[in-house]
Amino acid sequence: MSTTTMEPQGPRPSRITPARIGVYAFLVVSAAFFLLPLYVMVITSIKPMAEIRLGNLFSFPLAPTIEPWIKAWTYACTGVNCEGIKVGFLNSFRILVPSVIVSIALGATIGYALSFWRPKGANFLFAVLLLGAFIPYQVFLYPLVRMLSTVGLYNSLPGIVVVHTIFGLPLMTLLFRNFYAGIPIDLFKAARVDGGGFWAIFFRLMLPLSTPIIIVAVILQVTGIWNDFLFGLIFAGRENFPMTVELNNVVNTTTGEREYNVNMAATILTALVPLVVYFVSGRWFVRGIAAGAVKG
Amino acid sequence: MKPRFFRSIAAQIALLPAWLIVIFAYLGTIAWTIRISFTSTKVFPTYDFVGWKQYERLFATDRWIISGQNLFIFGACFIIGCLIFGFLLAVFIDQKIRAESVFRTIFLYPYAMSFIVTGLVWQWTLNPTLGVQQTVRNWGWQDFTFDWLVRGDRAIYVIAIAGIWQASGLVMAILLAGLRGVDQELWKAAKVDGIPTWRVYLHIIVPMLSPMFVTATVLLATAVVKVYDLVIALTGGGPGISTEVPAKFVIDYLFNRQNVGLATAASTVMFVTVLVVLAPWLYSQYFRGQRGRGA
Amino acid sequence: MATVSIRDLEIDFGTLRVLQTLNLDIAEGEFIVLLGPSGCGKSTLLNAVAGLLDVTAGQIWIGGKNVTWEEPKDRGIGMVFQSYALYPRMTVKGNLSFGLKMAKTPSEEIEKRVAKAAKILQIEPLLNRRPSELSGGQRQRVAIGRALVRDVEVFLFDEPLSNLDAKLRTELRVEIKRLHHELGSTMIYVTHDQIEALTLADRIAVMNGGVIQQLASPKEIYRRPVNRFVAGFVGSPGMNFVDGTLSLGAGAPGFVLSDGTRLDISGYEFSGNAKDEQPATIGIRPEQVDLKEKGEDATILPISLNLVEPMGADSLVWGHVSGTQFAVRIDGDDHVTTPVTVDAFFSPSQASIFDKTSGARL
Repeated sequence: MSTTTMEPQGPRPSRITPARIGVYAFLVVSAAFFLLPLYVMVITSIKPMAEIRLGNLFSFPLAPTIEPWIKAWTYACTGVNCEGIKVGFLNSFRILVPSVIVSIALGATIGYALSFWRPKGANFLFAVLLLGAFIPYQVFLYPLVRMLSTVGLYNSLPGIVVVHTIFGLPLMTLLFRNFYAGIPIDLFKAARVDGGGFWAIFFRLMLPLSTPIIIVAVILQVTGIWNDFLFGLIFAGRENFPMTVELNNVVNTTTGEREYNVNMAATILTALVPLVVYFVSGRWFVRGIAAGAVKG
Repeated sequence: MKPRFFRSIAAQIALLPAWLIVIFAYLGTIAWTIRISFTSTKVFPTYDFVGWKQYERLFATDRWIISGQNLFIFGACFIIGCLIFGFLLAVFIDQKIRAESVFRTIFLYPYAMSFIVTGLVWQWTLNPTLGVQQTVRNWGWQDFTFDWLVRGDRAIYVIAIAGIWQASGLVMAILLAGLRGVDQELWKAAKVDGIPTWRVYLHIIVPMLSPMFVTATVLLATAVVKVYDLVIALTGGGPGISTEVPAKFVIDYLFNRQNVGLATAASTVMFVTVLVVLAPWLYSQYFRGQRGRGA
Repeated sequence: MATVSIRDLEIDFGTLRVLQTLNLDIAEGEFIVLLGPSGCGKSTLLNAVAGLLDVTAGQIWIGGKNVTWEEPKDRGIGMVFQSYALYPRMTVKGNLSFGLKMAKTPSEEIEKRVAKAAKILQIEPLLNRRPSELSGGQRQRVAIGRALVRDVEVFLFDEPLSNLDAKLRTELRVEIKRLHHELGSTMIYVTHDQIEALTLADRIAVMNGGVIQQLASPKEIYRRPVNRFVAGFVGSPGMNFVDGTLSLGAGAPGFVLSDGTRLDISGYEFSGNAKDEQPATIGIRPEQVDLKEKGEDATILPISLNLVEPMGADSLVWGHVSGTQFAVRIDGDDHVTTPVTVDAFFSPSQASIFDKTSGARL
């Protein structure tokens, strides 16, 4: 055996190759690029203005303070109102909850009907819905404003919910249609043979199977609607401005010096809900992206 | 094909809201918008007919031309940047690394945030008076200059950088799913053949992932056309009108400048452009594939 | 010079030991089949030989060279995979030549080798097609061709026929056998299909639990399995096993079944240390039982038959021996009326007797 001990045996000697170092170097530098703005945001929000004026963006606060957070939440000014970003936070919730529920309920029903029942014109309906997902919203805006003001919903909470439902529908329908397309048609046939009607099959058979896709849909809609700016700005009305619009107003309301620490605190507060959803949902969020992206 | 004989009145009733939305909110509004674009409407609709006048005025407006150019610059930088960066992230993450999920989480989190938040963060980070430029100067490099945010010829690139920061993770997630779907035996075969890893990616994997690249490109392109909040938060269209984009042009003329006729003409141009680009892709993606599946 | 030698090989996946101190010497030009159920370590062993995974301990020698630390491409091997693993967006020709181009082979040489491989495998008309335009059988031919052009002396096959339908599998099996005759290369072939193993191999290594149970010619494996696992795994329908005790005291050696029947096993050659009164299992293949004639050294086996399964050329008759299920294969033209209890015959020299607890051949 003494002659073979010099021979290669066992695992290849593990070497730290330059390529391996390169991989980690790239990943770490990239991670720094992605994390830097978050770091700057947090660090700025707890600095007093005196330190910010020094222009040391990355340095740790010498005298950390939560005052900017309090101001941002309770008494930062948007225009003449000085009630802080909490108004927008509440508005966003009031918009979010009904919009998410209505758009998912509608999307699930339509996706189910399109997948299994294929009524006349289903293909045309789906084609237009799909197109709606890609068309710039600007085409719809003006007539929609006029229609909603005719029925008295312009600048109101129900109005903005309707708008979110309308424009959430393509993605929701696509999501559920694709999901139901993966369910064996034989299951549906069996239910039909057993005498199930449209709603019975939907509520008793399909909906209980749909939990995963409903979770995905909730994640997509919560982040999507919370992050919306355009519709909130145009359709919600002053009383109901969502948090993103309020945030922009806070930042652009300058009386004297711009309070960057307050602005950053308000920004973090606005980003908080989707970030929490993202970190809690983890793989579901990725699944949502895939579900929305993969073809029918 | 799924059987057509399972019909039900209930199904039609269930689809009623969808039909209403499609007919009124989509088709109706598009038709209406196009109709108004041929009128002289200022604030309240007047249904005269002025031919292509609004369109002629539109293309004689500097602001619109600049918007179009910006959209092109931003779109090209943003899409190419996201695709390359996102692809690299996906490939590097796929190298059996430690703490993979940590890196994945970090690369994707900006995508959960709104464009408004993204814009404000980058505006603060890159503002020349107190941001990165001043910080680096404080460190001793007195001549360091990075003032793209306030330079008319560069600000649009800052918007692209912020966009890439926000959306590269999306491309990474899509491509990573594709990479994970590659048959492991293919890698083994390439190893036995002695093909260097980077060549396997370039010659074998990238062609295999082309559908995912297309999907990612379509998603990014949709975001490009819709880009509005990012510009609002980051530059407000400035300095001057150097970072104006079509989406902002339309909103401004609809609600602030009270020139609905011109705004609708602009949105019609946007609509037609998108339609021309998208129609073939949509058709091949959803309807040709469906026929194959039914067999 | 293309022997393959595996010395004291051990492979762990984390804390799980997949291969236990394994030794295997393969002669030049030999066709070795690694046979076993899934998870037995046969594919792991093949991948280790290819250099596609790291070994925990031990060495691998190919062609007299220690290749334990070599890259797969430097080991002088070609490999064929179950999923074909063809490069999807390249033509057949591209698939065959890509590896050679990477190795900077002169283009005339590439042309020559591709043409030769295409001729041997009869895929010349397919050279400009893409994998997606080929049938499963054609794809696997191309995959074999990709190994062929590498001009190596050792071929590794990882369940290459498992994704094909039965008819194509038979066809390609013959093809691979022909190829082996033509090239005379060393071949290592992994499969869980015993028919492939029996038809192709010079020697079969039956594996289970990361250990080679028996390494022998197909005939030896079939006739004299070294333990109950090998006996049960090879052969279809499987060997019949009946429990009992050995009776080696006075008179002719016997095997006493649980119902008291004593079988005369005079012709059986005990290989090891069989003891009197030892609990044991006797294994008899269905085709080794004769219902009609008593052969020269045959012994009587009382059996109750209750079901006939005609299978064309032959029929299977199912019944019980001493309360244990038992199958007998008879000629397709013979008739048996069931239920019936008969005295059947078998030759003890063809049977196998195993220790009841360890399963080892006695």
